[in-house]
Amino acid sequence: MLKVENVSKVFRSGAFGGKKAKVIHDVDFEVKPGEVVSLIGESGSGKTTVGRMILRLTSVSGGRITFEDEDISTLRGAGLKSYYRRVQGVFQDPFSSFNPIFKVGRVFRTIRREFLGDLDAAAWEARLTGALNAVGLEVAALDKFPHQMSGGQLQRLLIARALVLDIRLLIADEIISMLDASTRIDVLNLLGDLKRQGLSIIFVTHDLALGNYISDRIIILQKGAIVEMGTTDRVFGDPQHPYTRSLLDAVPHLHERWSDAELKDLGLVADTARFGGHLIEHRKDHLVRVYS
Amino acid sequence: MLAVSDLKIHYRTLAGSVKALDGVSFAVGDGEIMGLAGESGCGKSTLGKALIRLEERMMFVGGQVALDGERLPIADDRAMNPYRFRKVSIVPQYAMSALNPTRRIGRMIDELLAARGLKGSTLRPELERRLAILGLTPDVLGMYPIELSGGMKQRVVMVLSTLLDPSLLIADEVTSALDVASQKKVAGALVEFRDRGYVKSMIVVTHDLAILAQIADSILIMYAGKLAEKAPTRTIVEAPAHPYTRLLLGSLPEVGIRFEEKRLPGIKGRPPSLLSPPVGCRFRDRCPLAFGKCVEEPPFIEIAAGHQVACWKADAHAQG
Amino acid sequence: MTSTTGSAPASPATKTGRNEILYFALRNTKLLIGAFVFMVFLLGAIFGPMLATHEPLTFDAPPGLPPSAGYWFGTTLFGQDVFSQFVHGLRSSFIVGALGGITAAVIGMFVGFFAGYRGGIVDEVLNMLTNVVLVIPTFAVLLVVAAYLSVRGLGTEAMFIGLTSWPWAARAIRAQTFSLTSRDFVGMARLNGESTLRIIFGEIAPNMSSYLVMTFILLFGGAILTAATLDFIGLGPTDSISLGLMMNYSVMNAALQLGMWWWFVPPGLAITAIVGSLYVMNVGLDEVFNPKLRAL
Repeated sequence: MLKVENVSKVFRSGAFGGKKAKVIHDVDFEVKPGEVVSLIGESGSGKTTVGRMILRLTSVSGGRITFEDEDISTLRGAGLKSYYRRVQGVFQDPFSSFNPIFKVGRVFRTIRREFLGDLDAAAWEARLTGALNAVGLEVAALDKFPHQMSGGQLQRLLIARALVLDIRLLIADEIISMLDASTRIDVLNLLGDLKRQGLSIIFVTHDLALGNYISDRIIILQKGAIVEMGTTDRVFGDPQHPYTRSLLDAVPHLHERWSDAELKDLGLVADTARFGGHLIEHRKDHLVRVYS
Repeated sequence: MLAVSDLKIHYRTLAGSVKALDGVSFAVGDGEIMGLAGESGCGKSTLGKALIRLEERMMFVGGQVALDGERLPIADDRAMNPYRFRKVSIVPQYAMSALNPTRRIGRMIDELLAARGLKGSTLRPELERRLAILGLTPDVLGMYPIELSGGMKQRVVMVLSTLLDPSLLIADEVTSALDVASQKKVAGALVEFRDRGYVKSMIVVTHDLAILAQIADSILIMYAGKLAEKAPTRTIVEAPAHPYTRLLLGSLPEVGIRFEEKRLPGIKGRPPSLLSPPVGCRFRDRCPLAFGKCVEEPPFIEIAAGHQVACWKADAHAQG
Repeated sequence: MTSTTGSAPASPATKTGRNEILYFALRNTKLLIGAFVFMVFLLGAIFGPMLATHEPLTFDAPPGLPPSAGYWFGTTLFGQDVFSQFVHGLRSSFIVGALGGITAAVIGMFVGFFAGYRGGIVDEVLNMLTNVVLVIPTFAVLLVVAAYLSVRGLGTEAMFIGLTSWPWAARAIRAQTFSLTSRDFVGMARLNGESTLRIIFGEIAPNMSSYLVMTFILLFGGAILTAATLDFIGLGPTDSISLGLMMNYSVMNAALQLGMWWWFVPPGLAITAIVGSLYVMNVGLDEVFNPKLRAL
């Protein structure tokens, strides 16, 4: 359904783009219908940039992204609208995702004006109520200002915003990292339910436990390059790349305490990032980057 | 040794006073790392900040704080000055990002020390020694804040704020904004400093229970401005007695738990507004065990050695 | 998540945003005093000319009279009615202020919004333009222009002021737009397929409306002041009267030495009061819009 083919990104800065920095290196993966894929990486890994490129909020410098066999970089006007009807995003900060001076219901009115102008009032109401029910919110919630709602409620509203459209793919960029533990799981479970109904999700996160909970497949990004990719069982159950292992080792577990030596290993952080190399198939559904 | 009794701190707002901290009492022993956890708005950050400096909107309403047997005048900003940094210190959440990006780290530290009437040059050897313990070379002192990673900045601030061996250190969400690898290093640094005696007691404020499970000796769970439960870390993690603690722990996904196999439950509802908090147990609206008696406020009592809970059903349900 | 909100729980707002602003606006003395002074002069500019019994530029009165019942503000050395000149001059000052201020605001907003929203090459080009206009020696250009135009009107003057005074506004708006553009709700608007104009004026501009109002007030006051300066040094309109021209004539004809205070005091006082009231209003508005400055 979505194919990200050898995509790279170069950011330019300085006077008239004199300085260049390559932040994404030949990222290549695919998302199938009804599949949840986690893009996992630390800050600076480029995971958010990949998400924004798929949403066309950031342009692609090399390679191409296709959705249902259509190159998304060529989309304009009606074509782009039709793309956004099928592919939507939710971002990290729920409070920044709403215009603070308007009531939250305005977001839905905008959606109707931009995409569903031909729908009559009754059909629109039905669609809106359906989407809000799916995320466990009442229509009355639309009459509030963003600061009157919790982060979790706002994120669910944004998911409802996407559901009002006929979306096939949702890019969820760190959508629960700013939420409290008790509401986090509700939003995660909601994504799980939507997946069961056939929605594809790209779940961008730095939290391995969250990625593990919800995903069919895992992509580990380091400094803009994929270092390991495969089904969740394979990548988390039998990590091959040293970077993946070091990430998994650093995840704190509730019921298992690090040993003193492990905890106090405060040696200088070795920069393990290595460029170059290529992905090889370690076994079925499990790719690992090797360096020659 | 820190002893807090019946501390009340309110926030002034246009709509009235928000009872962010509504009578909390607890103690932190020498050499103890106490984790302080709860949802946003439960009062944990207010508690951490109140022990060192009241923000402008924060209003001291009542209670007492004693450190090593001496009363801390937390309501009096000026009288607190001799205690700050020397006896009580804090590692704030975004310490370094608030600082001047055009100054080198070393110069910034010298200026901060000078503001406290201390000479940077005399403390420099100790500073460098402690940086080395945390895996940082003296080179960092010649760098600008932007040249350091988030985890490195946190460690520099940690060294700085514990330079005079304070009795109490408050670490306010120090690991929250960090990647897992740096998170682990900062957590390790906290334990290292306690073990070396640079800090006697620590309060680690965070919403991340998993990290507390790694480093804390005891954990204090707060809910809606009140204490819910305090116990040794193992007890909190393995045999929590308060229904809120249990729900909170039950909602944490861990590596190995999959949605397809095990759907974790959340906690329905939202914490009550602290403008006019309900009488009785504040968790009762969301509590699966709530019964008639919960309209009365449960006392924060000890149900086992070192294990205190504020719940009418705690005894019956304690598994430890 | 205790990062952004501290530990104060989001309190249910009892007042909505707009009411709250009105509430503070009506209790801000700086704003009220500024607005009152400004309104007095505005009413004078609108209705004053109707009260004037003489033409401002005709020589039909006895020369050099001090204020009296017949000539409220006295007459000039040449027998013109000072009151009539004053109210007509007031009117032209407001017209120049409004036209110049609006021109500058429109250009400044256009440049600021697009540079800040688009960024990249658009930003660089617009920024360069802004800097060029910023460093142009305004008076030198005006001298050249004045040499070529034999008859200069209010409109020309207002346009000239508008075309040269926008750069600081553009820079300020650019910076604000730049920071708002990085907020996620702008990304959301783009995911709605909204047009650039709609995003700028529907999403970004409403968030800085207070800022835009204050920018306009400062541009307005600045235009009045610049116009008075230009008129005073003889680069103003040649076909009408203005406060600056009154000052110019009175000084050229040694009104001060002749003790004819009624000739130069009213225009001088009016310019000071109008520009002063606008700046005081600006400070007051700042307090109203910025919760941190509100005295609780």
